[in-house]
Parts: sequence; structure tokens; C-alpha cells
Amino acid sequence: MIQTPPKESTRRPTRTGMRLIVPLQGVVQGRGGILLGSLIPCALFYFLQFYLKRNRSPPPPNPPSRSTSSANLSELPRSSSRPNLLSRGASMGRVQLSGRANNVAKPDESPYYIGLDRVREDAYDEVSNPDGVMQLGLSENRLSLDLIEERLSKNLTDLMSGAGGGGGGGALGMRGIATYQPMDGLLEFKMAMADFMTEAMGNTVSFDPSRMVLTSGATPALEILSFCLADPGNAFLVPAPYYPGFDRDMKWRTGVELIPVHCRSCDNFTLSITALEQAFNQARKRGQKVRGILISNPSNPVGNMLNPYDILDFARERNIHIISDEIFAGSTYGNEKFVSMAEIVDSEDAFKDRVHIVYGLSKDLCIPGFRVGVIYSFNENVLKASKKLTRFSSVSTPTQQILAPMLSDKRFIQEYINTNRQRIQSMYDLFVAGLRELGLECTESSGGLYCWVDMSKLISPYNEKGELDLWDKLLNTAKINVTPGSACHCIEPGWFRFCFTTLKVKEVPLVIERIRKVVESCKPSV
Amino acid sequence: MEHSLRKQEQILSKIANNDGHGENSAFFDGWKAYDTDPYHPTQNPNGVIQMGLAENQLSFDLVEEWVRNNPKASICTAEGASEFKDIAIYQDYHGLPAFRNAVARFMEKVRGNRVRFDPDRIVMSGGATGAQETLAFCLADPGDALLVPTPYYPANDRDLTWRTGVKLVPVVCDSSNDFKMTLSGLEAAYKTAQDSNVKVKGLLLNNPSNPLGTVLDREALTMALRFTNDRNIHLICDEIYSATVFDEPGFISIAEIAQENPNCNTDLIHIVYSLSKDLGFPGFRVGILYSYNDAVVACARKMSSFGLVSTQTQHMLASMLSDEAFVERFLAESAARLGARRGVLCRGLAQMGLGSLRGSAGLYCWMDLRRLLKAATFEAEMELWRVVIHDVRINVSPGASFHCSEPGWFRVCFANMDDDTMRVALNRIAKLVIQSSSNSEAAAARKPCRRRSKLEVSLSFRRLDEIMMSSPHSPMTSPLVRART
Repeated sequence: MIQTPPKESTRRPTRTGMRLIVPLQGVVQGRGGILLGSLIPCALFYFLQFYLKRNRSPPPPNPPSRSTSSANLSELPRSSSRPNLLSRGASMGRVQLSGRANNVAKPDESPYYIGLDRVREDAYDEVSNPDGVMQLGLSENRLSLDLIEERLSKNLTDLMSGAGGGGGGGALGMRGIATYQPMDGLLEFKMAMADFMTEAMGNTVSFDPSRMVLTSGATPALEILSFCLADPGNAFLVPAPYYPGFDRDMKWRTGVELIPVHCRSCDNFTLSITALEQAFNQARKRGQKVRGILISNPSNPVGNMLNPYDILDFARERNIHIISDEIFAGSTYGNEKFVSMAEIVDSEDAFKDRVHIVYGLSKDLCIPGFRVGVIYSFNENVLKASKKLTRFSSVSTPTQQILAPMLSDKRFIQEYINTNRQRIQSMYDLFVAGLRELGLECTESSGGLYCWVDMSKLISPYNEKGELDLWDKLLNTAKINVTPGSACHCIEPGWFRFCFTTLKVKEVPLVIERIRKVVESCKPSV
Repeated sequence: MEHSLRKQEQILSKIANNDGHGENSAFFDGWKAYDTDPYHPTQNPNGVIQMGLAENQLSFDLVEEWVRNNPKASICTAEGASEFKDIAIYQDYHGLPAFRNAVARFMEKVRGNRVRFDPDRIVMSGGATGAQETLAFCLADPGDALLVPTPYYPANDRDLTWRTGVKLVPVVCDSSNDFKMTLSGLEAAYKTAQDSNVKVKGLLLNNPSNPLGTVLDREALTMALRFTNDRNIHLICDEIYSATVFDEPGFISIAEIAQENPNCNTDLIHIVYSLSKDLGFPGFRVGILYSYNDAVVACARKMSSFGLVSTQTQHMLASMLSDEAFVERFLAESAARLGARRGVLCRGLAQMGLGSLRGSAGLYCWMDLRRLLKAATFEAEMELWRVVIHDVRINVSPGASFHCSEPGWFRVCFANMDDDTMRVALNRIAKLVIQSSSNSEAAAARKPCRRRSKLEVSLSFRRLDEIMMSSPHSPMTSPLVRART
């Protein structure tokens, strides 16, 4: 029986929604034949989502993740996570997709993704499109690609000339390219990656190839760990502001939740253990099981280094996992030294079973297109499970073969890491100086490919809306794509992430000029 | 010990702890046996010969030749370096346009240019494994079900259900009609699901079929289309073996059927593809999802972030697949080699009195070993399989791991070895047959083998042709069975 929902059911929209959905499902399953199975549910479906949209309620037949995230929304006034409505998904008409698909297929409302789309449509090019949008919203490193290019072309010529009939040793010969190989990566490549990681992280710890599982980028590495360490409805604590992609990688298909632990400008956005404890206790009160803490170190978007000892102690006391995303470890500059989780975890420590590191070649080696990511874990069972799960996201074998010789070339890698660091440092200095001229300051940072800029004085009103207005001006008037703090779940409005390693040196003054125009138009008229 | 094991399990998720990966099944045991003791003609002649992995290595020399003659395609060479930068930083989940165009054209060619594919509907994934899982995520919620005709590829259990929480409901097919799918079978499976209050979201077809090696005919495909349309459920066609067809009947794609039935709801049709089998490139991890449903394309494309194809690989394949001359030559040559190799295997088996299901595609054949079973039970099948692995030293895949409803069928792969290894394998199987016959009192079974006491496998004899012509489940049974009944 289908009921028309009463008008004042705004108080309890969930139950009313339920009354519509259940009979609806029955009809859509086709028990009523083609006519009932198509026209009627179609009409009802449109009516339902119109009703729900008006009343802004979470749709009833949900995986737990959606209802808990709406709870988060009400607790924390600032969040740019996508609204939980079936609004636009309804265009699928009578063909039903899964609840998960409805959530995922919605057009992206996060400024992070909207900005990326805009650049794709109207990318700046010095010659062909000088009025296009300049990309400062994607943390990509283009500064040192030439070094890689040169070294790789030397690589492949060697590989080719030794090719045909398994030349080059074992799996690295041509015949090994196409056949099925271990899904978690060739041993030769793992050894090369271990060498590279050791160098990139300052030679303070050596990485063990047998603790690695390779994935096609850090994105699936995070998702696989999320699937391994948590059940649907469980949560990870994550210091905010954080990388917008975490929402996708950790939550989308897993049903796992992320609980932001807010860092503040008065602390230079460093993580406070008190805040961490508060968040943990609040979750427990809510009955939400916290399985671990997810950190990015060096941090994205702020660029500072976390104190791994504090994190380790906190996690140990509460017996929860640590996922340390160290993808920018080789892209450090300044005086602060990077300390990996791997460095401080003792091989004798029983707690090491809860420490997992995510790494990849997209940032430090400038090759995001090649899709190389790593799960590095001290837990045998996690490695076993990840090995099986990486079948869905394994690294291309020819790509491994091409990269392995370069990664094992210690001398080249040392030179590369140092040169890359210097180039990032120079670009950072240049860019920050330019911003300073405009009266804009950034947080002290020592890693990553971006800086965290304070534009709070330029926004009006002083809230998320003001921030998004400024972001819009920057994107559509000044034509530069930057990431607003709200996309990163930052609790203070007015902060923006500017990635400067996508630029050439000569483009910096151009960017500064474009920003100046917006800054000037925002100056409060005193 | 047990306490610490339990403690270990508690710190991980259910998915990490459960058996959803399916790797504890017999299908994988054989692989493990092979991994620990692989055959090598000179270094390990007594090792296990791998005939349980559907890999296509017969035409790799053609690919090798092309790669060597086209260094520009591998951007990491001096010739290709100019494109390196753009390719290395490109991480757009849409995929390189050149790659998508090349894949679309290739898929059209494999289907004799009878259909057109829109490159914008092509979505990448981590192999067909990833494509299947992505579709399951998009089309079904945890607890929902997909219908799958048996026997089916064992890893479907992992790919479609492990992380997705989706169930598989088997549509039973048996040897009485050559394992063809029937409408009554489909309806029975659908009803079973409904009776258990499980929502069926779609039907998954594998065409050409793994493990059967057969193609679906026009009637079967149209029936499947009608069945799914009538119930408004999805139709997923895994066409991963589409270019391994070497004989009549030829391959008909669901895309053609959709074209022939303009009134059908194409929003329900999705194709899974990969280059792992047709081209022999499993290591490249190229999975393709093609959907006629815009929402599925949008959703799957976003999910493809978890399994993007390396741009270096995309670039190389875009070049290779747009080389029309190479592709035509490759497709023809590959099909011919597969046909020839299958012929060698099936004739060899027939000589020993072993039949197999007549098929025109795939990298394997569906062998009928029912007459070698001590009893018509799955336990007997397992026993026979253990003999095959450990005594005969060949890894084949038992029908039980494919959810076959009848014991005694085994899948034997033939495309992942050279001619010499194939000969060795056939000799070993012959020994098994002799051993099995000598265990019984039936002298009749021994005759054909005594004539060839040197255990050399040779080619056509009149008797062979008789065996080949007849259906494997014809009265051509062992005297063993006759004696008992």
C-alpha cells in the first residue's frame, strides 16, 4: 500500500520515507509486470526524491556510513562533504543502481573536484590558451621530470637491447612482461622500491621488500588498508585539515567513517594530543568503534611534519592502528627532518602489528600516471590479506620493469632526491615571497608540494560561504585553481592550499599578479 | 597459540579474516603444487606441468616483434621521450583518449565490425577482475544477488562477492544438453532467490564461456536479454575471450543482440573486457568496463581511481592497437594457433578414449573424465584430481571448483606452453589412462594403448575420428562402467 506522506512529517521524515520505499521496491522488482514495474515506480521515485530534497533528510535504506556522516555534519558546522540526497541520481529513471552507486555517481560538489574539472576544460597554456585556468589545486611535481625522463630513456634502451628470450635476468626480460606475475609486485621491483624508499626518507631506516604489497597508486593502497583494518560503520581519526581524497579512498566503498580531529592556526595546525583524546572519547560515547588513526606525514594540505612518537604512544595506549601516509616523504625542504613511522617502530615491539605505511611514486618521483603505490606493513596477516586484495589494483608489469633499474641506481636516486629538494625549496621561497608582497602569509612548512595560505582577512562574511565566494573569484575571475580549506575539512575559514610545483619559474609572477587583482578587489573598504 | 591467533584476527576486519578470497579451494591448491615444483624441460623434467592457468602465450612472439620495431610507443626510450612528460603526469581517470579510441576500434574489429563502440563509454579497471568488482559495486547492494550459469570461473566468487557483499546464485546447467543455459534453469534460479527473500540484481554471462570453451548462440543471448529485460535486472556479459574464437560457431556479442532488438532497455547492458586473454597481456592489468548506462559509466569511472591503467601502458597499447595491419595479422594468427593447439590436445585425448566438450573458443577444453572416476561423486573427482596432480604431475582444474553440478569434468588449459611440453603432458595423461584401465579387469580398454606401447602420441586414426565426432556423453563409455551396470 502506498501512502501519501503527511505534510508536517518533517519531524520524522525517515519513517515516512520508509513507508514509501518498501512497497516501491516490491513494484520495481517487476512483480507487477512491465507497466507497474516501470511507470508507477518511475513516478513514485521522482515524487520521493522531490519530497526528500525538500525536507533535507537522509534517505532511509542506507549503509551506516551515510547516517553517521550526517551526524557529523550537524556536530561540525563546517564541512564540504557531499549532501546526502538522492537529488541528481534520480535521472537513472526506472533502472535501479545500488545505493553505493547513487552516492558515488552524483556530480561532485566539492570545490576540490569542481576546480580540477575546470582546469581540464580550460587549461592554461602559454601559447594556445594564455587566459586559461592555472593549476595550483593538484599536488603534482613537474619540477624534476626532466631528470626522470633522461634516466628512463637510458634504461629502456638497455632493456630492449637485451630483450627477446628473457634477457635482462628473470622476470625483467621481455617474456616476463606480459605473463601473469605475482599480483603484489615483482620481487626485483620490490627490492628496487625498498632501496628508493630508504633513500627518499633520508637513509635512517632500511625498508624490507618482504613487507611490501604494491598497488596501482596510493589511492587503492589506502582503500585496501581500510577494508583490512575496519568493518563498515567503524571509524578512523584523522587530523584536519586533510587531503580531500581521503574521503573517497577510505570511505566510499568500505562503509568506514572518518572523524576529523581539528587543528588550529594558533597551534600552527599541529595536532594536539588533547584534541585526539577528546575525539576518541566522544566517538566511544556515541558507540562508534575507532579502529585507528590516519595521518599524512608530511601533512597534506599544511605541509608540516607530525611527531610520530606522540602518535605512536596515543595509538598504543588505546590499541588502535596507525596508517601513516608518507607519500611526500622525499619532497621535504627546510630544516626539519622527516621521521618515518618505520624508523621509530622497534622490530621487537609487539605493537608494530598495528603500524602500516602508505607510499607511492606519484609525488616524490613525479610520475602519477604510472600508478605505483605501496602498502608497507609490519603485520603478516595484513600483508596476506592485502596481497589478495591487490588483485583488483595491481601494478602494471612493464611499468615495474621499466622503473626497477632506475630505482636501484643509488647514485642517481641520491642526486635526484637532493636536486628535487633544492628545486622545491627555491620554488617555495619564490612563491612565498610573492605572496608576502601581497600581504599573504602561510604556515611554516617543510614538506609537500604546496603551501597553506591565510586569506581569512579577505573573506566576508567570515565563514564557509565567504571562503567559497573567494574561491569562486580566484577560479573564475583570476583563473587560478586552488583548494579551499573547507574542501579539506578545515575548521577555520579562509585558508587555501596553493600547489606551486606545477608551475614553471617564469609563471610565478603571472600567478602572483592574478592573485593581486583578487586581493585588491577584496580589500575591506575602511 | 590459538589465543594469539584469535587476538590477531580481532585486530583486523571481517573481510581480512574471512574466506571470501576463495583461495582455500581446490582450484588454487593445484597452483600451489605447481608453484612449489614447476616443470622445466631440462632443469625439472618431473615437475608439475601447469595446465590450470588460462594464459595465452602462443602468439607472444608477434607482440615482442612489434614492441621491438616500435620503440617510440614505449615512451621511456629516446625516440618516445618527447611525449614522456605529458604521459607521466597524466592521471585523469578518463584515460588517454588515444587509448580509449584504440580499444574501442579493437573491440569492433574482434566483432567483425558488426557493431560500433563509443570510446566515451570505455572505463578502465584493474584487469577484468577489477571491472567485475566495480560492476558489482555499482549494480548491487550488500545482500543482493547475481545469477551465474554453472560451471563458472572460480574467481567470480572472489571478484563479485568478497568486498561487495553481493551473493551469487547458480543457474544450473548440465551435460544432458552440452551445458547450455535454459530458460527453465534461469527461472528456477530466480525463483530460488526470491523464495529466500534475496533481491536478484542481474545475470552474469561469460561468453565465450570459461571453462566450457563454447560460445552462446543467438537464441541463448536473445533469451537472456529478454529474461533480464522482463524483470528489469541487469545483464553483464564478460566477453574476455572474444578474440580466442578459432572455429565455427563464431562469436556473437551482446552488443549485436542489443542492436537487433532496438526495443530492449540498453541501460541494463554492460560488457566486461580485458586484454589479458585475447592478446596475452595479463601483466599489463588492462581491464575494460563498457556500459550502455550513463550513470554506471559515471560511477564506474570514478571508481576506476582504484585501478587505473598505467599511462605508460595505455600509451603503448594505443599505438599497438591502432596499428591496423598488426592487429589483423595478430587476430588471424592467434586464432589459427589456438585452433591448432586445441586440435592436438583433443585428438591426443581422444586417442586415449577421453572426450571433451566440443568448443570453438577459449584457451582450454572441458575434458570428460567421468569414466575414470571410481564413483560418480565429487569425492571420487577429488581423489582423481589428487592423482593427477601428485602422481601424473599435471595441474588441471576439477569441475567442482567451477561449481559444476556433475562430477568428472576437468578444465585443461593448452595455450600457456610450447609444443614439446604439450607432448609431455599428453604422454603423462596416457599413462594415467593406462594405469586406470589396468586397475580394472576390462581387457578391451587396454587394446588401443598396447598398440602404441611406446606411449607416443600420434595423429589421426579412423577410430579417433569416431571419438571426435561423437558427443562426449555418447555411449562411448568405458567397459568398466558397462561391466558394472
